[in-house]
Amino acid sequence: MLYKIWMSIVKEFLLLKRDLGGLIILFIMPLVLVITVTLIQDSTFKTVSDSKIPILLVDNDKGSVSKTVFENLEKSNLFSVVTQIDNKTITEDIARENVYKGKFQLAIVIPKNLSSDLQAKVDQNVEKIVSSLGMTDSTATSEPQPIIKEKEVKLYFDPAVQMSFKNAVMSSIDKMISQIETKSIYTTFEKQLGEGSTNFEQKSFISFKEIIPKINNKEVRPNSVQHNVPAWTLFAIFFIVIPLSINIVKEKSQGTFVRLRTNPVSSLVVIIGKTITYSVICMIQFYMMVAVAVFLFPSIGLPSLNIEGHLALMSVVALFSGFAAIGFGILLGTIASTQEQSAPFGATSVIILAAIGGIWVPVFAMPKIMQIIAKSSPMNWGLDAFYDVLLRNVTFLEIIPKISLLFLFFILTTAIALFYDKKKRAV
Amino acid sequence: MQSIIKIESLSKKYKEADQFSLNDVSLNINEGEIFGLLGPNGAGKTTLISMLCGLVKPTSGHFSIDGLDYQHHSSKIKKIIGIVPQEYALYPTLTARENLHYFGSMYGLKGSDLKDKVIETLDLLGLLKFADKPVETFSGGMKRRVNLIAGILHKPKVLFLDEPTVGVDVQSKNAIIDYLKVLNQNGTSIIYTSHHLAEAEDFCTNIAILDRGRIYAKGTPSTLINSVEDARNLEDVFISLTGKDLRDAI
Repeated sequence: MLYKIWMSIVKEFLLLKRDLGGLIILFIMPLVLVITVTLIQDSTFKTVSDSKIPILLVDNDKGSVSKTVFENLEKSNLFSVVTQIDNKTITEDIARENVYKGKFQLAIVIPKNLSSDLQAKVDQNVEKIVSSLGMTDSTATSEPQPIIKEKEVKLYFDPAVQMSFKNAVMSSIDKMISQIETKSIYTTFEKQLGEGSTNFEQKSFISFKEIIPKINNKEVRPNSVQHNVPAWTLFAIFFIVIPLSINIVKEKSQGTFVRLRTNPVSSLVVIIGKTITYSVICMIQFYMMVAVAVFLFPSIGLPSLNIEGHLALMSVVALFSGFAAIGFGILLGTIASTQEQSAPFGATSVIILAAIGGIWVPVFAMPKIMQIIAKSSPMNWGLDAFYDVLLRNVTFLEIIPKISLLFLFFILTTAIALFYDKKKRAV
Repeated sequence: MQSIIKIESLSKKYKEADQFSLNDVSLNINEGEIFGLLGPNGAGKTTLISMLCGLVKPTSGHFSIDGLDYQHHSSKIKKIIGIVPQEYALYPTLTARENLHYFGSMYGLKGSDLKDKVIETLDLLGLLKFADKPVETFSGGMKRRVNLIAGILHKPKVLFLDEPTVGVDVQSKNAIIDYLKVLNQNGTSIIYTSHHLAEAEDFCTNIAILDRGRIYAKGTPSTLINSVEDARNLEDVFISLTGKDLRDAI
């Protein structure tokens, strides 16, 4: 039996060696994918000067508030503020048109008299408080206060802009405006209380600090590489479903599968042969991705993947993820009758499993129902196991439940494939 | 002579089918015979061979090969039979040698025994100089010959051939038939289906004519020819038994 398994492995490797397209899918595409995605995602997180997002600012106020908004936006390092197009000052109409056509992703319209009206409103409120405390001049007449309408800072977003970007921008602008209002209130109080009064400390009293987990007394700060490499490695491993299912469909259509069924060889030998071959492929893929992340990434401006002390456990997770992918590929190849069925279905299902599994959007950010579904995706088990090893510094014992699930998935899908094949043969 | 294949009341009705593909067929095939299963399309030839090779389960009936009951000894039967399917059951991107090493190893052949046998058979069938070329580059006749070798490397006691010479040139056909005769002389019983009636007449020691899942006639080619009035050859017998109606079916 061992010799038959060995010869099956040799045959599978020979078939792969002669299939250039399959080799490209297996080895080149995952590398291109991990490099591209990590580069893109890294620049999203980085606040480097050459990746500033140009935004439009329509200043109808021309006062201190709009000046502060302008200065804060410029200081943010995230945006470059555009106030003129073709040497013409931008109006709200121009801004709207440019943003809706996708030329700019965001326009901020500061309303007329914002600075003066804000100051007037704050003056009114402070005066009310001061007078209620009996600190006003007794000779001052209490004239009726003019009504000051609430002001709106308008934001125009390119409809193609993603929700997460929108929320982040709105939140930072909201924070900026709140700070301006607070500062204005403090300043007015100081004025009302007159000279000699103590200057208010305007610095924030409450601040926050991120506590970074430490491994071996070294802070392990997660970066885009630590997140992306496991995620896209897993994605690549699962793409093995396509060549493997095509391999099985081809065996059926070429008649070699029928010949094997007449030979004194069990289906198990054939499946073990394929499983070992494709597991080796998965591990080669994995080590290639890790090597690229460790050695190539620093030379293209990305942080290096920190695998210090993790490689053995990461290899275990990769191997078991590979088993899950192989089981799925065997099942798909057994059920599909043609390559036209297996290839698109394989590709689409891997993308769906990746989406469900949290490769693109973290599971915690998904709706409740999707979070429950995510827990049933083998890619989620694999990804979580990778994060456990790489970012949470867990031991082998702690990843056993996740790798067991991956192995069970392999057993289950393979068993279904064998059962389906047997059932189909009983014509 | 001793029976190598005993078939008793074998029937097959596919799940979706309205009629039996094979209906109550009983047959004895003796050791050392070249037995021809002839019949028009849909007669049940391939169904019968598929059942004997373990690819399809009978609906009812029973058979044994070399005294081994199919229900209890299917894996033992697989070791003593060889099959040459109608389609080229080979890996097109692998070379002839790689294909044969793989299929030979599935019969438990290994090492120099396997290597020597592959070289010897390739040489006998005129393919040795193409041994290391991918099968996909071969002509139809060359593929047929490799397909045949893949089924006989382990020297089977019984060889099933499903239209082994279909779509090949005269030279390849002669090479295949000559080699099969040598195999038979060396003790391999052959069960063969074909639409080439002249070839069957020359090649087979015994023949059964099947139609609509039943055996219509059985005997040596000369007995069959003599049994039908005015029949000059097997084709006349065939037409007289199965009629001239077309057998197109989907």
